[in-house]
Amino acid sequence: MLDVVDLSAWYGEAQALREATLSVAAGEVVTLVGRNGAGKTTLVRCLMGLHKQLTGTIRLDGRDITSLPAHKRARAGLGWVQDDRGVFANLSVEENLLLPPKVSESAWTLEQVYDAFPALGSRRRAGGTTLSGGEQQMLAVARVLRTGARVLLLDEPSEGLAPVIVAQIGDIVRTAKQSGVGVLLIEQNVRFAATVADRHYLLAQGRLVESLDNDEFVARQDELLEHLGI
Amino acid sequence: MNAVLQYTVQGLAAGSFYALAALGLAVIFGVLGVVNFAHGAFYMLGAVAAAVLLDTVGMSLWLALIVVPLLMLVFGMLVERLLVQWLLPLDPLYNLLLTFGLTLLLVDLVKRRYGVSGLPYERPDVLSGRIQVAGVGLPIYQLFVIGVALLVCLGVWLLMTRTRVGMIVRAATERPELAGALGINVGRWVTPVFGFGVALAGLAGVLAAPFRAITAEMGSDFIIILFAVVVIGGLGSIVGAVAGGFLVGLVEAFGQAYAPTFAQVLIFVLMAVVVLARPAGLFGREEATA
Repeated sequence: MLDVVDLSAWYGEAQALREATLSVAAGEVVTLVGRNGAGKTTLVRCLMGLHKQLTGTIRLDGRDITSLPAHKRARAGLGWVQDDRGVFANLSVEENLLLPPKVSESAWTLEQVYDAFPALGSRRRAGGTTLSGGEQQMLAVARVLRTGARVLLLDEPSEGLAPVIVAQIGDIVRTAKQSGVGVLLIEQNVRFAATVADRHYLLAQGRLVESLDNDEFVARQDELLEHLGI
Repeated sequence: MNAVLQYTVQGLAAGSFYALAALGLAVIFGVLGVVNFAHGAFYMLGAVAAAVLLDTVGMSLWLALIVVPLLMLVFGMLVERLLVQWLLPLDPLYNLLLTFGLTLLLVDLVKRRYGVSGLPYERPDVLSGRIQVAGVGLPIYQLFVIGVALLVCLGVWLLMTRTRVGMIVRAATERPELAGALGINVGRWVTPVFGFGVALAGLAGVLAAPFRAITAEMGSDFIIILFAVVVIGGLGSIVGAVAGGFLVGLVEAFGQAYAPTFAQVLIFVLMAVVVLARPAGLFGREEATA
């Protein structure tokens, strides 16, 4: 579904990504694990069209989207949840949900969103950033589900959240997976990653150093933790 | 007491011009990130257009209040397409310089065509004279200006809070990159928003035509006060622009009444105090830097 071939990215002279090749299939959850500065966020920003100094090819359903502007990539089916959640303070909870246009038939209705996230329904008129951190994360994820995005790019959704909330996020990711959505999950929380993902890519110094299925990943968890320094 | 009422109306009327124009400045800054230095010149053009249309085709103030802002909308959209747009990817300073240059150009063109002595504008009879309120004779025209300004501000507020366009503008103002990544074509809104902001300046100009001296330079002091208004209200804040406009109008009116030598200074003292107490302005949001 999402295919990335030989993606390299630079900030001026400094190379942040080196020929990363990866793919996410429909109904597959893939994590990108690596320490701070490894290039995880850069990779997602490249996918979303927000970082432009790059070479390589990005395809969605076989269509080359490498040179599309961000809003067209979103409309093509990429749903981005940025690392700081990206909830609009000047928009109410409901407006945050309604802002992005629907991109496919599998879009959730507002009722479905409020059923799955009761906390959002009861605060629908409240300002987006009056929600707690966990609720804002729910809102950011619900927002891309409501568009019917076919590939979710989740940048550290568990960061700074209580274990209960992290478990809830895990449930949402599994629900999305079951409906055939592909998920690229950026994580530093290796334990959380192991509970939701099918496969894992390890990113170090801008290079994809390993690709593991979840069993291998779990078996080598301690070694990986040390290797990643997290 | 009578004097207080009189100065209040006078201040609110003066504030109406600031509020309308600052509203335009705020939406432009919000969506484009451009500090539009030419806003004072656009205000002046609105007044000049109203005077010229009255003189040449006998267009009434009522009609001018609709026609001139529409003309300014088109003019603003042209300016954005032809000039401002090319500099948007660069440092915002370039557009500040561009619009400053545009100001000089427009002012000199108007001077060349219509001279420096000022254009006449006769106020419609219904809006002339005074009306007795609580024993005080209040100028009808000032009340009219306040009424129009409040109506337009209310309209803009409804547009911003109750429509999808308003929602997109708010989102694009707050986080343009994120709005784009969520599928909003922010670029599509840039030209109409600029035109809309210019139209508001034009509307303020039309309202000022029967009230102020219509000269090529009338926007020059206006823009300086306007910057104080948006700093006080909070740059990019819609509510702040309106509140700041009326507040500055009041300070100006009471200043002129009770401390005429300090009237102008007072506005900037107010600005300094606000900036010291709340750097983002009265209604501005502090930048959320994690």
